[in-house]
Amino acid sequence: MIDRVELWIVIVGMGLGSFGLRFMFTGFIGDRNLPPWVLRHLRYTAVAVLPGLVAPLVMWPAATNGQTDLPRLIAAIVTLGLGYFTKNVIVAICGGAATLAFGLLFLG
Amino acid sequence: MASSSVKSAYWKGVRNGAPFILVVSPFALLFGVVATEAGLNVFETMAFSIVVIAGAAQFTALQLMNENAPTLVVLASALAVNLRMAMYSASLTPYIGGAPMWQRAWAAYFTVDQAYALSIIEYETHPKLTLPERMAYFFGVVTPICPNWYLFTLIGALVGQSIPQEMALDFAVPITFLAMIGPMLRTGAHVAAAMVSVTLALLFAWVPYNLGLMIAGIGGMMAGAQVELWTERKATQEDAK
Repeated sequence: MIDRVELWIVIVGMGLGSFGLRFMFTGFIGDRNLPPWVLRHLRYTAVAVLPGLVAPLVMWPAATNGQTDLPRLIAAIVTLGLGYFTKNVIVAICGGAATLAFGLLFLG
Repeated sequence: MASSSVKSAYWKGVRNGAPFILVVSPFALLFGVVATEAGLNVFETMAFSIVVIAGAAQFTALQLMNENAPTLVVLASALAVNLRMAMYSASLTPYIGGAPMWQRAWAAYFTVDQAYALSIIEYETHPKLTLPERMAYFFGVVTPICPNWYLFTLIGALVGQSIPQEMALDFAVPITFLAMIGPMLRTGAHVAAAMVSVTLALLFAWVPYNLGLMIAGIGGMMAGAQVELWTERKATQEDAK
């Protein structure tokens, strides 16, 4: 169960933080440029955080008490592949969900 | 006439933004469902979507709170996912930096992926647009997208309360993330960042307070930046030959 105080700290903190990031340049800094090495790292933040977040969830799903699970692993690979090749997030989600449903039906 | 050109810029934005309702709505719906499954009530779920208005970061925070990660780690990870917004802000500044403060503040709040992507294309292909036309276009794009983000979060939250827990929704979050990661892998540098991140996250999964994710994130960023440097150097060397 998520703690209520923590939840509201996170909501307000993320709200302020996200607004700060969005307002950083248009609002505060004007058109001064960031050093290239900072920009170079910023380009890869999302693609460096999200895979790290998802990898343990795929390898050790909570629903199976951390046991690697074939239907979930296959669904994960299909979702990633669909996202990569179609560049369409919704197609990938639907394809992945369908794969998981079939997998749980026939392999689960 | 200035006012009619501003109006037409606004409506062009609305037209260009409209197709993205199809992208944003299912995503918001899913967030509403997953948030209520995690124990948030409708008010808390709506507050999340209205205050933060950033899908990937919202899913990240929810997942980490579910894992009982410390608040600081939740905030740091979710804001790291949102760091790209600072890049959007930087790249919009030459075009809209001269607008009045209240307009810039609203534009900052509504800077979501689709609004940025469409606006920057419009500004680059039509350099003669006036400042009011640029702002009108930006707010036009946002008009069909952001209200639907709120609306479909609400629908998802209401629906989520009636979905039984057994329906394998545990895997909705990983599938959503994987679907987002696929299109992000645009270059070798992005692939390298993702692979280093996965490897480090699995190797350091034992580190307490979910700090393994911080290690993976920093390592992934460094890998991406480094591969980008190598690729550039290789390209310039080959040009020199």
